[in-house]
Amino acid sequence: MQFTSSSIGRKILMAITGQAMVLFVVVHLLGNSSIFGWLNGGINAYAEHLHSLPLPIIIGVRMIMLAIVCVHIWFGIQLTIENRGGRPQQYAVKSTQKATFASENMIWTGSLLAIFIVYHLLQFTFQVISPETAALKNLVPLHSEMVPNVQGMVVAAFKNFFVSFIYVGAMVTLFLHLSHGIQSFFQTMGWSNDKSQPLIIRLGTLVALGLFLGYVTIPLTIFAGILKG
Amino acid sequence: MSDHKTMTLTLIVWRQKNANDSGKFETYTAKNITDHHSFLEMLDCVNEDLIHAGKEPIVFDHDCREGICGMCSQVINGAPHGGQDRTTVCQLHMRKFKDGDTIYIEPWRARAFPIIRDLIVDRAALDTIIQAGGYTSCHTGGVPDGNAIMIPKPIAEEATDAAECIGCGACVAGCPNGAAMLFTGAKVSQLALLPQGKAEAVARVKNMTAAMAECGFGNCTNHYECMAACPKGINVKFIARMNREFLKAQFA
Repeated sequence: MQFTSSSIGRKILMAITGQAMVLFVVVHLLGNSSIFGWLNGGINAYAEHLHSLPLPIIIGVRMIMLAIVCVHIWFGIQLTIENRGGRPQQYAVKSTQKATFASENMIWTGSLLAIFIVYHLLQFTFQVISPETAALKNLVPLHSEMVPNVQGMVVAAFKNFFVSFIYVGAMVTLFLHLSHGIQSFFQTMGWSNDKSQPLIIRLGTLVALGLFLGYVTIPLTIFAGILKG
Repeated sequence: MSDHKTMTLTLIVWRQKNANDSGKFETYTAKNITDHHSFLEMLDCVNEDLIHAGKEPIVFDHDCREGICGMCSQVINGAPHGGQDRTTVCQLHMRKFKDGDTIYIEPWRARAFPIIRDLIVDRAALDTIIQAGGYTSCHTGGVPDGNAIMIPKPIAEEATDAAECIGCGACVAGCPNGAAMLFTGAKVSQLALLPQGKAEAVARVKNMTAAMAECGFGNCTNHYECMAACPKGINVKFIARMNREFLKAQFA
């Protein structure tokens, strides 16, 4: 049986692509946290640094990310449809011992995150949602050159209650998805046993919580007026 | 011992004539049940009443009644074998219930386990998985000397933990996806741990997981409901070990 048609093979692909996205989310948070000013020039300097990378690298990384997302979504949907068929008739009484809200709703939290990613890209990458504050059109001086005002764009967006609300909601969804997803990676790859598994489950939830707290700090501090443009 | 309090229970039981029948729940009253009755003995009492009343008794699987055969395929109030830790239905006692309780009794529900009648399901799919590789090929000949193959104690114990599986199918019944990963993982691990099983480990994990999919079992989503349902307490570490064996087999 082909790796990509077998049950475990497809799960391994889900696990690896999922974990790649977790690593991206960690790096993305570290980069975004430059908005708090630890980097000389703040998030504008960070964004400028990324954009000054050679074009083939930028396009290459974006294509790889797109491929990873597509594989994760494709097999996620395929496995979920198969799994729904695994028990065609439900029990009259639902009684779960170990399953959690997060583990039972991966397809829904995943779908919400996919929609959020599209919205997030339209807003801050392609900058078509609020063109008047688009960073690419509002240049500011930085180290004697003019660069896009990413800080101004992000602050303008998060001052809006609904935008902040959507981002906090998306991060709650991310927390739920990763609280099951991170530990699942280790189990599916076969890198856990009875001694390490309880620890892996706790650490996975802790990492998911850390990412949630890190990310929501940005919209919350801006909305509260602590972080300014 | 005549001072046992008796209880009266309402049973809502799945009745289905055969695999093609759509089936439905029927309500029965279990009377004069003491806390010393096992769950199956309680059903025996109900069936006796049904037979006396000229009705069809509830059909259910049972054999050893000492918790080792794994025949009693009943989901009680949504939990395989009633949800008590490491317990089959025959070892579940009525002292776990209260007078006046309503109890739902259903068969295992999974695509790979068609219902034969009432609470009896066809678990031949588990045999199909075993036939695909759950064995070691041995050439017959002289009986080998005892301890000719030395196996370290911790390895032998871990293999025995996996070998505790009685093939009851509670893991499949408890899994929201109707997956047989714990069952298959236990057998793959048991044999992969031992020197006698290592020789065929690569073919075994490939063939057994392929058979699992062909039989209509779902895929694992790491809920670990199987481990909670297992009357022998088999750990999901054996699923992780099977995943490891599967990954290793891709490069073999």
